[in-house]
Amino acid sequence: MSTASNRHSTSTPNFPDEVVTRAFTRLINVPGVSGQVALITIDNGHDHTRPSTFGPAGLASLNAALDEAFAAEPTAIAVTGKPFVFAVGADLSGVGEISEREQAHYVAQTGHDVFRRLTESTIPTFALVNGAALGGGLELALSCHYRTVADNAGAIAFPECFLGLFPGWGGTQLLPNLIGADAAVTVIVENALNQNKMLNPSKATKMGMFDIELEAADFLEESLRWAGRVLSGEVQVQRPEIDRGQAWDEAINRARSLVAGKTNGASPAVDRAVDLIELARNNDLDAGYAAETEALTDALMSDELRAGLYSFDLTQKRAKKPAGAPDKSLAREVNKVGVIGAGLMAGQLALLFLRRLQVPVVLTDIDQERIDKGVSYVHGEIDKLADKGRLSDDEVNRLKGLVSGSLDKQAFADADFVLEAVFEEMSVKQKVFGEMEQYVSAEAILATNTSSLSVSEMASALSHPERVVGFHFFNPVAVLPLLEIVRGTGTDDASLATAFSVGKQLKKSCVLVSDAPAFVVNRLLTRFLGEIIAAVDEGTPFDVADRALNPLGLPMSPMVLLQLVGPAIAAHVNETMHAAYPDRFGLSENLQRFVDAGKTAVWQSDEHGNQIVDPEVAALWQQGDNPSTEEQVRERALRALAEEARIMLDEGVVMEAADLDLCMILGAGWPFWLGGITPYLDRSGVAEQVNGARFLAPGVASVPTA
Amino acid sequence: MAAPASAPAGTSSSPEPSGTQRALRNVVFVDGVRTPFGKAGPKGMYAETRADDMVVKVIRELMRRQPNLPPERIDEVAVAATTQIGDQGLTIGRTAALLAGLPKSVPGFAIDRMCAGAMTSVTTTAGSIAFGAYDFVIAGGIEHMGNHPMGEGVDPNPRFVSDKLVDPSAMVMGSTAENLHDRYPAITKERADAYAARSQQRYEAAANAGRIAADLAPVATRSSEYGWGLATADEPPRPGTTVETLYGLKTPFRPHGRVTPGNAAGLNDGATGCLIAEEDSARELGLSVGMRLVGYSFAGVEPEVMGAGPVPATEKALHRAGLSIEDIGLFEINEAFAVQVLAFLDHFGIAEDDPRVNPWGGAIACGHPLASSGVRLMTQLSRHFAENPDVRYGITTMCIGFGMGGTVIWENPHYNGGTHKGGTQ
Repeated sequence: MSTASNRHSTSTPNFPDEVVTRAFTRLINVPGVSGQVALITIDNGHDHTRPSTFGPAGLASLNAALDEAFAAEPTAIAVTGKPFVFAVGADLSGVGEISEREQAHYVAQTGHDVFRRLTESTIPTFALVNGAALGGGLELALSCHYRTVADNAGAIAFPECFLGLFPGWGGTQLLPNLIGADAAVTVIVENALNQNKMLNPSKATKMGMFDIELEAADFLEESLRWAGRVLSGEVQVQRPEIDRGQAWDEAINRARSLVAGKTNGASPAVDRAVDLIELARNNDLDAGYAAETEALTDALMSDELRAGLYSFDLTQKRAKKPAGAPDKSLAREVNKVGVIGAGLMAGQLALLFLRRLQVPVVLTDIDQERIDKGVSYVHGEIDKLADKGRLSDDEVNRLKGLVSGSLDKQAFADADFVLEAVFEEMSVKQKVFGEMEQYVSAEAILATNTSSLSVSEMASALSHPERVVGFHFFNPVAVLPLLEIVRGTGTDDASLATAFSVGKQLKKSCVLVSDAPAFVVNRLLTRFLGEIIAAVDEGTPFDVADRALNPLGLPMSPMVLLQLVGPAIAAHVNETMHAAYPDRFGLSENLQRFVDAGKTAVWQSDEHGNQIVDPEVAALWQQGDNPSTEEQVRERALRALAEEARIMLDEGVVMEAADLDLCMILGAGWPFWLGGITPYLDRSGVAEQVNGARFLAPGVASVPTA
Repeated sequence: MAAPASAPAGTSSSPEPSGTQRALRNVVFVDGVRTPFGKAGPKGMYAETRADDMVVKVIRELMRRQPNLPPERIDEVAVAATTQIGDQGLTIGRTAALLAGLPKSVPGFAIDRMCAGAMTSVTTTAGSIAFGAYDFVIAGGIEHMGNHPMGEGVDPNPRFVSDKLVDPSAMVMGSTAENLHDRYPAITKERADAYAARSQQRYEAAANAGRIAADLAPVATRSSEYGWGLATADEPPRPGTTVETLYGLKTPFRPHGRVTPGNAAGLNDGATGCLIAEEDSARELGLSVGMRLVGYSFAGVEPEVMGAGPVPATEKALHRAGLSIEDIGLFEINEAFAVQVLAFLDHFGIAEDDPRVNPWGGAIACGHPLASSGVRLMTQLSRHFAENPDVRYGITTMCIGFGMGGTVIWENPHYNGGTHKGGTQ
């Protein structure tokens, strides 16, 4: 039997830190099966918190296990994983080590060669998917002739497009030919680009990815029993007829429009995924796998993928261990929370604290009516969650019992953490903190949800300024994962540690920022938006300016961002920034007129559904006669971002460029393929042009030079 | 002879909820299964398999074999374990029921009578069925002696020794077996070895005929060194065992003693379970009936000779049932030690190669995972009943650590009125 290893023996990449997943072949007797079954276990020797992945050594081990299995001439070959994990794909941590195309090609080719042995085996092959199956793990399963899945398998998905890759070890060819092109587009493209949505086993089975779903309690035993029935012919596995005509065309069209909306071509591998699904229509594995190998090699050698992996790593690691946070042992317990303000934002925050901390939350405001409204909003949201089946009756009772409102501030006396969400005005915030300090203990945290005001100034008049922290959420509070935690000049370590502890309990990704105007996300967005607005003020047509950033594949255009943030808030933040840095943050009279007119959007639709500038906006916006081209606007915006980011690092707003990127990914939804922003500024050359240096060393979020 | 179990039909229907008068209800053994038994220890096939998971496989296999029984009809899950800590702790009857996917409304508990744990889980819940507290019960036992070596965590009261309540040898089961040889000098090492070799040979014949495997629930066995395996057969048996191969084995409990690893059961891992039911309820659902419970007894003996326990337990059970040893046509006796079986057979005047006794061999061959063994005896007796409709009564009996014996008398529901009544032929 020829094996992958002896077909391809050159350019083996060295993954020095590979946690090698070993494959063990064991010959077992299965009741009802004559002869033996070769059962291959995929196991990296760690528990489920370190799932099994395939690097070069892992693929070699699987190949050797297949040699052993085939040599035994078993009745069937079955592959399964260690407890709770089938396999979660390629060892992406090693991709950063790949500096030459030949190495990338080896990885792309070897996965195909090894997995394909299971597909082309004349002995029936079974994947017994006992747990998480992601990416290459799912491709391994798809490479087998039959598949069972455990009803507790944690995650089933092709996350590749999410990262700037595509399922390149057979996924784009096998899946559409198993479940049809449309469902394959959903799994490979749509789910991956939809915040990396995963499938549960029932759904995946209904889609046809698995032949049968079996209960976890005796999954392996029953899977083998089922395999025996397949082998004996007692069970006939039904597979759907695949429509390779119109349905395939429609699926590809749907995929193209999905991709256009999500990446706009900025993540080339995602477009390749669609091309490859199109190619799979012919169901020719030789051609399909050859194309996958070439495209995967390209993708592995692309800066977009390296930026994607850098971004993924930030969200998985740096987001969980915030840089610069004090020792968590300093954190104090928070057993009661106060919220000042009972408006919409305050209500959302109260609900979040209630659900995550499950401690009493008391709301206050300037009159009882507002307070009642705030509490009733929280009750209503709890009921909505219950209606969706997210809360049981007991939990509803518990949470409703924990939330209360009080006009009398005495109710805050035993609160450990008080968050203000009142009007964005320094004097108002100073007043509510001053008042609150008369009631709470000296150690109770006073946190502000301000988006741009100085935390230190807010604390300056207090007897205990060391307990004041900034706690800046992003709207919608329940959805956006970022929390900027602001250290004021007087904030002590215990208070800051408590803030980080609360942030973690709220399941937010916390980033430590210094008390600089507008912190990170709003500062960068405001600077960037300011340049677009300035270009429009100078005479650039709205559509030209708003299209300028399209090649980056941002989640929305600048004018739509302005609409989402709210022009009044955007203008307010910009005023703060202008006061601090008048040279870089200009004021726009047009924007002020736009706000004063009560306008919220630049764009509207005409009767044909075409996007047009709101005529009233067009009338009030007084443009100059110095229009720019798209390219000029783009360059201007990127240069401004590069300059501002450099200044922020020099000012020490965050520890490192990685924190800026993490904030932009989690707080602004900026895409992985940009790496947040600094990897893109580096690779486009803008960073060096503006600042004379890159933000990150080559190789950190880009292909290293060999 | 009185035949208390086969009381006229109708007297065993569901008890009236009102009033204090009760009719005793018939209890039947519907079906039993077990895991393959393994060798305890780091090289055994269950070295990395949890005890509670083994119980789960048994419960699920039992339920799979009874598709007519709605799981919510189960009134109790009684699971025995000698060491009730770790993966055998946390009220294993309840936790295993939940892990097996039985409805949360089904209760469970843990039970302990050392080697007779599973037997006691059956007798105790059977009594409750007869009383009218339950209709359907899952009863069984588990012992993962690899995870829980005998004596793990015990703290014997010092008065046992200081007050000479028991001889120190009572704590060591192998020593009690040597003591039993002392008490019955006629039981020599040669007889013990001959009995042990026959047990292995009978087991081998039964296994080759497919009789053993039919009652096994396969268990996926984890091994971080070799990958997953599938346990489908007992690990302890030594096919080809003869008196000659047993001759030279060491006697670990005494120099020049008589008890060897070859004429005793080993240290094993295994789980068993069975479905016990009120007879009319079982028939209503169309469940098969494997055996009908006649009666049971437990009796104590001196802890130093715990292996003698089956003798008084059997006499007591026979007496209470109004039967005699001659009425018993089949015996499933646990083989903790060959000497303990021989003491029983000698007492009742039964030949040591009597085909009615352990027809498929016993624990010396297949193993004895303490608290699980009682139900293995019952499952096998029910199979013998089906194959021998001329036999009316049979017993399952075993010795129990710290000086006890337990015996359960069963009636063959397939009995065809034939003349084979038991006794010496």
